[in-house]
Formats: sequence, structure tokens, C-alpha cells
Amino acid sequence: MDRRESLKSLLVGSVAGGLVLNGCTPTEQKEIVSVDKPTGYGRTAKEKLRDERLRNEQFFAEGELETLAILCDIILPAEADFGSATEAGVPEFIEFMAKDMPRHQVPLKGGLMWLDNQTNERFNLDFKSCSPEQQLVVIDEIAYPDKAPEHLKHGVVFFSLMRNLTLTGYYTTEMGIKELGYVGNQPNVWDGVPQDVLDEHNISYDPEWISRCVDQSKRMDLAKWDEEGNLIT
Amino acid sequence: MQIIESPETYDVIVVGSGAGGGMASKILAESGLNVAVVEAGPMFDPTNDDQRTQLRWPWESPRRGAGTVRTFGDFDSAYGGWEIEGEPYTRKDGTEFDWFRSRMLGGRTNHWGRISLRFGPRDFKRKDTDGLGSNWPIGYEDVAPYYDKVDKLIGIFGTKENFPNEPNGYFLPPPKPRLHELYYIDAARKAKIPAIPSRLSILTKKINNERGVCFYCRQCSRACMVHADFSAGTCLIFPTQKAGKSLKVFTNAMVREVITNDEGKATGVSYINKDDRREYSIRGKIVVLAASACSTARILLNSKTSQFSNGMGNGSGLVGKYLHDSTGASRAAMVPAMFNRKMYNEDGVGGMHVYTPWWLDNNKLDFPRGYHMEIWGGMGMPSYGFGFNVSDLNEQFGGTVGGYGTKLREDVKKYYGAIVGISGRGESVPQLDNYCEIDPELVDEYGIPVLRFHYKWTEYERAQAKHMHNTFEQIFEAMGAQPLGEKPGKDQDHGLLAPGRIIHEVGTTRMGDDPAKSVVNKFQQLHEVDNVFVVDGGPFVSQADKNPTWTILALAWRTSDYIIDQLNKQNI
Repeated sequence: MDRRESLKSLLVGSVAGGLVLNGCTPTEQKEIVSVDKPTGYGRTAKEKLRDERLRNEQFFAEGELETLAILCDIILPAEADFGSATEAGVPEFIEFMAKDMPRHQVPLKGGLMWLDNQTNERFNLDFKSCSPEQQLVVIDEIAYPDKAPEHLKHGVVFFSLMRNLTLTGYYTTEMGIKELGYVGNQPNVWDGVPQDVLDEHNISYDPEWISRCVDQSKRMDLAKWDEEGNLIT
Repeated sequence: MQIIESPETYDVIVVGSGAGGGMASKILAESGLNVAVVEAGPMFDPTNDDQRTQLRWPWESPRRGAGTVRTFGDFDSAYGGWEIEGEPYTRKDGTEFDWFRSRMLGGRTNHWGRISLRFGPRDFKRKDTDGLGSNWPIGYEDVAPYYDKVDKLIGIFGTKENFPNEPNGYFLPPPKPRLHELYYIDAARKAKIPAIPSRLSILTKKINNERGVCFYCRQCSRACMVHADFSAGTCLIFPTQKAGKSLKVFTNAMVREVITNDEGKATGVSYINKDDRREYSIRGKIVVLAASACSTARILLNSKTSQFSNGMGNGSGLVGKYLHDSTGASRAAMVPAMFNRKMYNEDGVGGMHVYTPWWLDNNKLDFPRGYHMEIWGGMGMPSYGFGFNVSDLNEQFGGTVGGYGTKLREDVKKYYGAIVGISGRGESVPQLDNYCEIDPELVDEYGIPVLRFHYKWTEYERAQAKHMHNTFEQIFEAMGAQPLGEKPGKDQDHGLLAPGRIIHEVGTTRMGDDPAKSVVNKFQQLHEVDNVFVVDGGPFVSQADKNPTWTILALAWRTSDYIIDQLNKQNI
């Protein structure tokens, strides 16, 4: 059974909308694809307007976005098997969040300037103009809260915020979720923890408990009970 | 500008389309009555792709599902929240109450946790048990036949356990526990605390040909496009309309008051149309209020006439009084045995597969009422906030705090899905002095005087929250889990959440036989106006250590049967 067929079997008799009940004709396949596009995500008219307004505003200046991008890729650089934060669009996400949650605005803008001030003092260059080695000299001093010197705490706070936003921004993209290995958010039939996982954890299902759980082969049989409330189908 | 009158007179006007309003409108319309449902929010149907949030990915939202716009995040199906622009409320004497409202067809039933617990025999007779508060004028035996009918109509999974105060029902089979729930079961047994399959109104098996069966996406809070979970629109209102019954829905219609004639009988309601901001009235022979406990109290208190100088049905002075919410406290822990877990799809149903009903004897404890425990955790879909401060966990479990690069990726994967949490949800003791009333100065953007709240927890609830936290630690210890953060102390009310936070507001139009001590009779009919009924949580005399929805549904059905009977006998 392929994915579409299993979808269909799950939803037989349902009153599903466009997404789920479909056959195999090319036009209907197109419908499936269109659902994956961010054409909308269930917004009310008022919510749509707000999103649109924020999208049309620009918070960070171009130079600031360049510095943001460098920081994002220090936090999550490309690796052999994984993409980088900028490839996942994290700077654009942070730009949106700064407008969506204005409390981030001063710490982010101010943090970027703090960073430029640090490299100006040390190398007479703003952060983005420094060599990667020079950049890491400062970053290494603020990236480890337990080891950072007292006078650099402002930088620690800023870098921690950048780390949080970068991780969230990355792991909520298609690329990040694939890397993480989350495989849900799709119609399926839950029938318990896989046996190899149970074995690994040295844990097992109580036979009495499990005997009362749903028999997934009978989930499409209409439920009927006897007078004592015992399920008989 | 004048009030615009609707030409039609309805047999019944139902105010509100949540659990109580949905059930009343279904039963009354099915009996052949001409019913109008008046809802303060827009139409909502999760099968409508423009409104659908189910099965959407975090990246479809530019804020990745953060709670900036909707309280519980972009994908939650509640239009509203603790604060609604243009619809304020106030608090009195520095006390706290947070009022959650969901303005949409189906109200809060679109996003709720589907935890569907019957009240037990003791829950209706609390004064007999501990001497506090009042008994209900009805008992479990009065409601049981309706619980049975609700089970079969809507569908609920669970198991017959034969516990004295956790009645059996007509259950669909429950889903198998997830990994963190297996850890919980094992730990609870070691701690001699019961753990049983949860009881949620989600279809694990087909109950009719109209509704789909659960496809295990864990997203009931987003509302289900195949109608495999309960919401008032999908399970009550739409099927009744589809069957050709006379059930008209007015949306974006914010009811101001119940209109009465010179004899003091209700003749309809007036409302503000939110779209054109004009005032309308609808005539009806019977008015059923199901606007939510606090909104119903507000409507009654705002329905002032020469006969009802304190508000409609408020001769007792008790409308708005005895407001109470469930108590709540939570704790999370990490399970080191679950670090670096193997990935597989464990979404399951929306909410817990396993829970713990109240198991102790309050006579042996320093607080009078019980609580149940809800279990959560595992590998959820990432959204805004995912990965925040992840490396701080290294302080507790070994490794370097902070950093960047490969190390950070490893931290994320190490801790992902290894969390387990327990939430206690308990019964509070209703107090006369916990109430909502009309704010003497403020109106909302529709010109309707708003509510002002006065609410204080007592030592009973604080002692209960303290007990919850001790239990959480006991279970975590048995699980080999390490609790996160510090256990909240006395200075933080032992982690007891502010009243209103559990969104189980009840009690504002309490039920009783004595009109001096209650607002509605045992059929939820106003003592003072025989053609006005209340079918939300308002009539609850006491909230059990359960969730209120299943009881609201059962009582709304019972009241609807009573209305039909009284109409047949020409008594109203």
C-alpha cells in the first residue's frame, strides 16, 4: 500500500476536505502538492493583515543582516551531512521575529553594535569585516556562559539570544526537521512502541493493559456495546 | 440608530455554540423546534482549508507557530485567548483571575484537551463527604443515563476500571501507551499510585458513517479535519443542520442582554453584530444561555429591568458568585535513559494515552479535595522555542554549557524527546467571595459593560498544590528521571497557577432547590424566569477533580429533554 492509498484507507467514510480524500489522477496529485506550499496557514483576516504588515516592514539594516548571517553560520555551520543556518533562511526568520516580538529589537540591534565595538577596539574593524579567526576570538569569549569573564556578560546574553533564535529558526524548517529526524505530522496508525525500542529500554507492555487497547485491524468496524458497556465489535 | 428586529420568532434561542449550546441546539432542533444559535465569533469548520491548521508544518508560519498572535500558538484552534482586543475585563482588590474566551463557532471545544471524565457519585455530594460547600440537588444516578448517551453519540476511549468515583462508560478502546508513558506507568506502580488508560473524546474506532477515525497526528488542539475528535460544531451543530433540522446560526453576534416583557418572561435577546456594529434583536419563546459560565453571568447581570433591578434571575444575589476553576500545577523532568533516542513516529492522539485519577483519601490529608494527573512528553513537532537554552541542560547532565557548531547539534539530539511532564488538575472549594460582577465604569468596544473579577485561592488549594509537587517528585524518582528547575515553595503558592488558567470556569449560576441559595433549579431553569435556562458550566455546584465538558454535555442534554417535556405539557 503506498502512502496515498494508506491515507485513503484511514479516512474512508470521513468528511475530509481537499487534502486527504484523493485518488491517483494527476490533477488530484497536484492538490496534495499545493497543500505543502505556504499559501496560507489557517489565518483569520485580521491575522493575515498583521503578517502582511510585518513582512512589509524592514527592521535590520543591510549591514546588520550580514553580521546576523555570520553569527547564524557560526552557530550552525554547514557540515558534511547538514546545511547551514543561512541555507535554512534563519536570518530572514530573525528579521521577522524582531518585528513580531518587539522585545527582541533592542537586545538584537544593541548586541550587534556591542559586537562591532569589541572588534573595533581589538582589531579596528567592525565584526563582519574581521577574518573568521578574529571573529572567533570574540565569540569564544562570549559563547560559554560559565567561563566568560564578568565584563563580557553583555555579550554572553546577546550570543545566548542569537543561539536560541538560530536553533529554533533552523530546527523548524524542513531541513532542520529532517536533520532532527522527527517523522510525524502525517496520517498514520499508532500501534505502540516498536519492539526494538522496547528491547533497548528493557521495558515491555503489560499484557493485560495491551489486551484492552485498540485492535487497529478493527478500527473501521462500527463500535457496538452490550448492555454492560463492553465493546463487542 | 434603532434596534433592528428580526422578523422571525424562534422557539428557542441558544446563546453560545460550545459544548452546552451545541448539545442543546442539537437536541432541541431534532425534536422539531425552530432553533437559533447566537455565537459571538465567526463560523469555524476545520474542513475549511482556509481555516485549517492541522498537518501544517512549523515553517508555514513566519513565526514558526509562536504564541504572539494566538495564546497557544499559531496552529491552535482558539480565536481569542486570555486577552481579546476590544473586550477587556478587570480585577478587583489586587486579586487574580485570567479569563480565557474563544470567539468562534464551537468555542473552546475546538482546541480543548478532549479529556472527558464523568463526575462520580461523590462529586455531586461533596458537603456530605467533607462538610464544605454544598451538595448538588441531583446525584450521579440523575446524570448517568445522559453520560451513557453522550458516550455513544460523541465517542470516547477509555477502559472500565470499576473505581468507585471514576464511573465506567461506553468506551472505545484506548491507544497503546507511548515510551514516556510506559516509563510513567512503571514509576507510578513502584510508587503505589494508579495509572490507567486516559479517557478522551477521540475516535479510535468508527462510531458512525459521518465522522472519520483518528489518524494519530497528536493535533486535536488544531481541530480535526476528519471530525475524529469532539467539537460542538463538527459533532453537534453541523450534523443537525445536515439532517435538515431547523437550526439557524447567527455568527459574530455578541449578545448584550435577555429581553423580557412586563410579566417578567423572556421574549428574546439583543445582540451587537460585530460586522456592522449595529444592534439587533431576535425574538424567541425560550432562551437557553450557554455563553460560558462568566459570559452567561455577564448577560444576566446586564439584563436589568424594573423587575430585575439586580439583573435577571438574581434575586438571590448569587449570579456571578461561587466562581471557581480547577487548580493546576506542573513539573517537567528529563529521563536520562531516553537520551539520544531512536526516532520513529510516536505522535499518537492529541494528549495523553495514560493518566492517574485521584487515588487517596482526603480524610487522611491536610486538604479536602483531590486531583488527577496528566502525563505529557516525548517527541513533539518542533515549533518556536525549540532548542532554547538546550545546552543549559548540560549543567545538570554533564557537558559544556553554551558553545556553537557540531556540539550544539549533538546537544539538541541528545535531549530531544527525553522530557516527561506531569500536570496536576484538582478540585477547589467554591467560595461565595470568589466572583465576577459588572464593572461599574468600563464597557467593551460594543458598549456592553464588562466583567470585574475577584478571586483568591484558599489554603486548601495551596496545600493541594504542595501535595501535587511532592507526588511529581516521588514519581520522577521512581522513574529515574531528574526534575527540571526548583520545586516551587510557599512563597510561590507551591506552583499553584492563577485562577482561570485551567480554563474550567464554573459555578456562577449555581444549581439548587432553594431559590434563596441558588440561581437555577435542578433542570438548570432560572428560579425566577421559567423560560430561561443555563447549560454551560455556570450551574455547577462544585467542580470535581475532573474536566467539566462531559458533565456540561450530559446536563445540557438533560435540560433539553426537560424543555421538550415542559413544552409538551404546556408548562412554559
